[in-house]
Amino acid sequence: MLLRSPHAANEDPLPFELKGSLFTLTVLHLFQLDRAVIERHLLEKVKQAPGFFNNTPVVIDLEGMAEPKEGLDFKGLYELLRKHGMIPVGIRNGTPKHQAAARLAGLPVLPESRSNGQAKKPERTEPAPSRNRIIKHSVRSGQEIYAPEGDLIVLGAVSAGADVVADGNIHIYGALRGRALAGVKGDAETWIFCQSLEAELISIAGHYRVCEQFDPADRAKAAQIYLKEERLIIEHLTR
Amino acid sequence: MATVIVVTSGKGGVGKTTTSASFATGLAQRGYRTVVIDFDVGLRNLDLIMGCERRVVYDFINVINNEATLNQALIRDKRVENLYILPASQTRDKDALTKEGVEKILSELKQSFEYVVCDSPAGIERGALMALYFADEALVVTNPEVSSVRDSDRILGILSSRSRRAEQSDNPVKEHLVLARYAPDRANRGDMLTVQDVLEILAIPLLGVIPESPAVLQSSNAGVPVILDEDSDAGAAYGDLVDRFLGKDLPHRFTEIQKKGFLKRWFGGG
Ligand SMILES: Nc1ncnc2c1ncn2[C@@H]1O[C@H](COP(=O)(O)OP(=O)(O)OP(=O)(O)O)[C@@H](O)[C@H]1O
Ligand SMILES: [Mg+2]
Repeated sequence: MLLRSPHAANEDPLPFELKGSLFTLTVLHLFQLDRAVIERHLLEKVKQAPGFFNNTPVVIDLEGMAEPKEGLDFKGLYELLRKHGMIPVGIRNGTPKHQAAARLAGLPVLPESRSNGQAKKPERTEPAPSRNRIIKHSVRSGQEIYAPEGDLIVLGAVSAGADVVADGNIHIYGALRGRALAGVKGDAETWIFCQSLEAELISIAGHYRVCEQFDPADRAKAAQIYLKEERLIIEHLTR
Repeated sequence: MATVIVVTSGKGGVGKTTTSASFATGLAQRGYRTVVIDFDVGLRNLDLIMGCERRVVYDFINVINNEATLNQALIRDKRVENLYILPASQTRDKDALTKEGVEKILSELKQSFEYVVCDSPAGIERGALMALYFADEALVVTNPEVSSVRDSDRILGILSSRSRRAEQSDNPVKEHLVLARYAPDRANRGDMLTVQDVLEILAIPLLGVIPESPAVLQSSNAGVPVILDEDSDAGAAYGDLVDRFLGKDLPHRFTEIQKKGFLKRWFGGG
């Protein structure tokens, strides 16, 4: 829904279409390189939960490597992970040397999630930048606002026909008349808050409800919405 | 410095051209040098409503393409001093409206006029985007019905994100709401949205409420902007609207049911 490729008109039916899509992937944070140790811990995990790695695609994150300068045998690592039911699909972070080695082994380097430096940990003295997005006006029909990796805060209203989307929570200080989708990367702990619930659709971590399914008693009330046992719960906000 | 005002709506047929003609005429009547431009390439009708369709020689696109000068294309209004019309082309294709071309004409007009009023076509395609791109202020024309309000909301989003002021992070385009074709009795019966309903959704300042009125059709058939029919309700409402735009604090008329309506309801009429 977020990334739409333009559709070429006046041509033969397309043999394929490229579309951006968002996936939740397991990330394997690697701290060291001793393959024997890694394997021992993997076996332990599998013993606790058989089928835990059931051909699971994983991204290897090298940010937490104790000895980031060490060379990495990606082929060996790849085989080890495959053997235990994981399918490495790429790496993240790591030194330029690691990244070059990964590419040679056929593993793409994915964009970093947080720090924008090299594989180094962020400086302690610098506060991490907030990933929240504040919109100081109303979101109008036809507009779509997305807050990746954080909360979305809208100081105005969200009009019918507008979409507000966040990886985190959504706070709307006006009326919610459009669609609000929180936790779109799968975070079921996210909430939606609004001053007046008149939404077309609300969704948390993919669990959605459309306007028609709302209890009329909730209409136009200040509300908080969250997930409980995979069910959307709507509660009135009282002051 | 001249002010560029776009009259826009998203939805078609809500009264943009009617409003552009009366608004521009009202500004000129009050002594401001005003030009009104028809951006509706291919469907021109501002010249009909202004009653100057027989004097159109060159149009907006001719000037953009350097086939005519502005002075050749501008039509001077016969009734009101200080008022000029720049007609649209009936034949050319909309792609002739380029950002560079429109900018060139607007900056030339801004040299000699105080107000430049741009009558936008319906929709959110090129013509509408060009009409609003250079605007300093916007009259957003809405009818009291859900689809019209929704489209106006959409246009407000575009004004705040895709106008030149938005792109250059300049002061935002100043927004004014014009609620046209308002019928208080129908609003009270719930057949139409009320003034309050519309204001709640769009949340921008109300510049004027224009009543639904037979005078509008009569005037446009006669080629006279309805503001010149001062005895009509719609003409008076446009007069107030212009005065408010120029800073007068006037109460809104034509938003309540006339007495007759009330009596009718109480004594069994409808
Ligand atoms: N206040 C009013 N009362 C009655 N009829 C009106 C009123 N305002 C506009 N109309 C009628 O509505 C029709 C459309 O008006 P107008 O051409 O001004 O709309 P527009 O928004 O410019 O349309 P378009 O999108 O096609 O350019 C016309 O027939 C006009 O006479
Ligand atoms: Mg028109």
